[in-house]
Amino acid sequence: MCDTCGCNVTDGNRHPVEAGGRHATTESGREAVSVLQNLLTENDHEAAHNREHFDRHGVLAINLMSSPGSGKTALLEATIERLGREFRIGVIEGDLETENDAARIRDKGVPAVQITTGTACHLDAHMVHSALHGMALDEIDILFIENVGNLVCPASFDLGQHRNVTLLSVTESDDKPAKYPVMFRAADLMLVTKSDLLAVLDDFDPARAEHYLRQLASGAPTLTLSARSGDNLESWFDWLRHEAVAQEERVAKGETGRPSAQPEGAQLHAHAHP
Amino acid sequence: MHELAVCQALMTQVEQVASREGAARVTAVMLQVGPLSGVEPRLLQDAWPIASAGSIAQGAALSVEAMPVRVRCLECGADSEARPNRLLCGECGGFRTRLLSGEELLLKRIELERDGQAA
Ligand SMILES: Nc1nc2c(ncn2[C@@H]2O[C@H](COP(=O)(O)OP(=O)(O)OP(=O)(O)O)[C@@H](O)[C@H]2O)c(=O)[nH]1
Ligand SMILES: [Mg+2]
Ligand SMILES: [Zn+2]
Ligand SMILES: [Zn+2]
Repeated sequence: MCDTCGCNVTDGNRHPVEAGGRHATTESGREAVSVLQNLLTENDHEAAHNREHFDRHGVLAINLMSSPGSGKTALLEATIERLGREFRIGVIEGDLETENDAARIRDKGVPAVQITTGTACHLDAHMVHSALHGMALDEIDILFIENVGNLVCPASFDLGQHRNVTLLSVTESDDKPAKYPVMFRAADLMLVTKSDLLAVLDDFDPARAEHYLRQLASGAPTLTLSARSGDNLESWFDWLRHEAVAQEERVAKGETGRPSAQPEGAQLHAHAHP
Repeated sequence: MHELAVCQALMTQVEQVASREGAARVTAVMLQVGPLSGVEPRLLQDAWPIASAGSIAQGAALSVEAMPVRVRCLECGADSEARPNRLLCGECGGFRTRLLSGEELLLKRIELERDGQAA
C-alpha cells in the first residue's frame, strides 16, 4: 500500500508529512491524522500490476466503454472478422449477468473470458486481474476489455488498460459528452457508432458531439462508423494498427502507456512496484 | 452506484490508519472530492453508515470538502475557474488546458481517540 511505498506524497503535501506534521490535536483533545491518500489506491495498484502483465507479454489493452447497447460487442465482432488474421485478439467481457457476449466473441474463434459483476455497475482492476488467469497473454497481441454498459461508473476505475475508447451511438443524443463529462473526458478515441441509422435519426449531428467533446479540453480523435454496414471501419482499424505499433515501441523501450486523461491517483502510480 | 464500492475502499484505508495509530475509535473522517472524480458526495454520505457499521469508525462523522474545478491554459498561461462540462480557458477560450483541481478523490484526515481518552 501507499503507506509503505510513499507514493501518496506529492509536491503539495511532502513538507508537512516530512516535518512530522501528520499529527495534530483538535480542540476537543482528539488526535487528527493527516492522510492525503487516493480512495482508489488499492484499485490503482492492482491496475498498475495488470499493466505490467500486459507490457511483459507485449499486449495492447483497450478498454471499451459506452451506455448499454451502443454497439461494443458488434464492433468487436466486426473487428475480429477483419483483423483476426492480422492480430491475435482476446476479449474480456464485463456484464451484470449472462455469458452471452463472451459466447458471441467465441463464435468468432477468439478467446473470451466473461466477468459477471452481479450488482457492480463497473469492472475494477481486481476483477480484470482474476480474468487474466483465464487468458494466455503470450498468445495475444490486442486485448479488448468490454466494460459494463454504463456512462458513469466505469470511468472512475483504472483497469491497467493503455487506451480508453468511448462509443456513442447515433440513437443516443449528441450532447452526451456534455451530460457525462467524466466518461467522455477519459476517452482517447470517441467512436460515433451505428452511422447507418443517421439517415433516419437526422437530429444527431456527429460534428456537434465532437464540439461537446472539445469543450472538455479533449483533443481525442473521433470517428463516425457502422459495424453493421462497415462504413468507415477501416479508419478504426488504422487507429488500432497505429496503437499496436506504438505499444510495440513502448515495450521495446521498457516504457508503458496510460490513457491520456487519467485521474491523478492513477498517475501517481506510474512507478514500478517490486 | 459505484459509491458503495468507493466507500468500502475508504473503510479499508480508515481501518489501516486506525490500526497503525493504535486508535480505539475513529470519530471523524474528512474527504476531498472534485466533481470530475465521477463520485457523487451525497451518495458517499448515504453509503457511509452502511460501510462503517460495526467497524472502528461506526458513528464517525463523514465530511466532504467539495473541490472547485480549475484549469490552467496551455495557450495563454491563465488559471481560471471552469465547469465540469466546460473546461475551456476562462481568459482566451482555448481548449488546450490542464486540470489544476476538480478530480480529487482523497482521504484527507481522520480524527481518532486512543484508549483512555475521554469521548
Ligand atoms: N443499425 C445498427 N445496429 C447496430 C450496430 N451495432 C450494433 N447494433 C445493434 O445494437 C444492439 C446492441 O448492440 P451490442 O453490440 O450488443 O451493444 P453493446 O454495447 O455490446 O451492449 P451491452 O454489452 O449490453 O452494453 C444490437 O441489437 C445490435 O444489433 C450498427 O452499426 N448499426
Ligand atoms: Mg456487449
Ligand atoms: Zn504505490
Ligand atoms: Zn487561455
